[in-house]
Amino acid sequence: MERKEWPLWEIFVRSKNGLDHKHCGSVHATDARMALQVARDVYTRRQEGVSIWAVKASDIVASDPDAKPELFDPAEDKIYRHPTFYKLPDEVDHM
Amino acid sequence: MGAQMTMQTTPEHLEYVLRLGDAALIHGQRLSEWCGHAPVLEEDMAMANMALDLIGQARLLLTHAGKLEGQGRDEDALAFLRHEGQYRNPTLCEMPNTDFAHTIVKAFLLGSFNLLLWERLGGSGDAELAAIAAKSLKEARYHAEHTGDWVIRLGDGTEESHRRAQAALDVLWPYTNELFAPNATDDAVSAAGIGPAWAELAAEWEAAVLPVLKAATLTVPARTPFQSYGKFGRHSEYMGHLLAHMQHLPRSFPGATW
Repeated sequence: MERKEWPLWEIFVRSKNGLDHKHCGSVHATDARMALQVARDVYTRRQEGVSIWAVKASDIVASDPDAKPELFDPAEDKIYRHPTFYKLPDEVDHM
Repeated sequence: MGAQMTMQTTPEHLEYVLRLGDAALIHGQRLSEWCGHAPVLEEDMAMANMALDLIGQARLLLTHAGKLEGQGRDEDALAFLRHEGQYRNPTLCEMPNTDFAHTIVKAFLLGSFNLLLWERLGGSGDAELAAIAAKSLKEARYHAEHTGDWVIRLGDGTEESHRRAQAALDVLWPYTNELFAPNATDDAVSAAGIGPAWAELAAEWEAAVLPVLKAATLTVPARTPFQSYGKFGRHSEYMGHLLAHMQHLPRSFPGATW
């Protein structure tokens, strides 16, 4: 028999207003409504969230792990890009 | 709480709250049987969550019933130490899970009913019952939505899922007669402003349920004179086994805690 898996959905939960949605895992679901429902059942049982995003895993474009050397390594020796080298005037409270 | 309870407790009031409590308890017990056995992890969690919602409602309702009764029985005494004939849940609640389609159709029929019931009970003259209704209404909304979606998915799904959903509806539909059967308890409670006579909800319930069954391409069986009597304490052959399973631990180890 042909085996048909339900599509995979990546789940993002906002833990409280003002914070970003954070990736927390994935669920299998036949459609978007069901994805939200089961995400609620699987990931917000202990009051972890006030909002859920579900994104079809197949709609996410991801960088290639093998491309890590050319994508990320060149930043390694450019520590001057961090703002820690600037001296802040005392009047500036929050940065 | 005692001081708030200005109305005189009548036997009908107690009976009505027991029906609500037992319906939640037995429906929740049945759903909990899926824990670890549902077709997929996601639905296993959904079933267990619904079961826990219902058992939470049962705890509040049976605690309340115990207070109304005034004999010192708490939620555990009422949930675990009564005999079959003393339970007041509609027979539909105790019907076996059979397969996923049966469970979903049953939970949809009951969930849609509970939704209407809790909406009305929000305005109950019994302040405790009104508070329980406010909490339970949110849970019932989700149960009705989640199971309603599944009814459509199964009914309007594959040949096999349609066949199973239709078989479930054919078996379970006649048991919904009982929900709306007029009785003296409901009349008294309705007159006292404690809650609706369940029969009053029939038209609204059909208006909520029929479009979903239609969208699911399921054929609604014709109404028959069949009556079940669970809420009057006369249960089906399935109830004894369910109770034996549910009561085994508290009866073997009275007062057990962990």
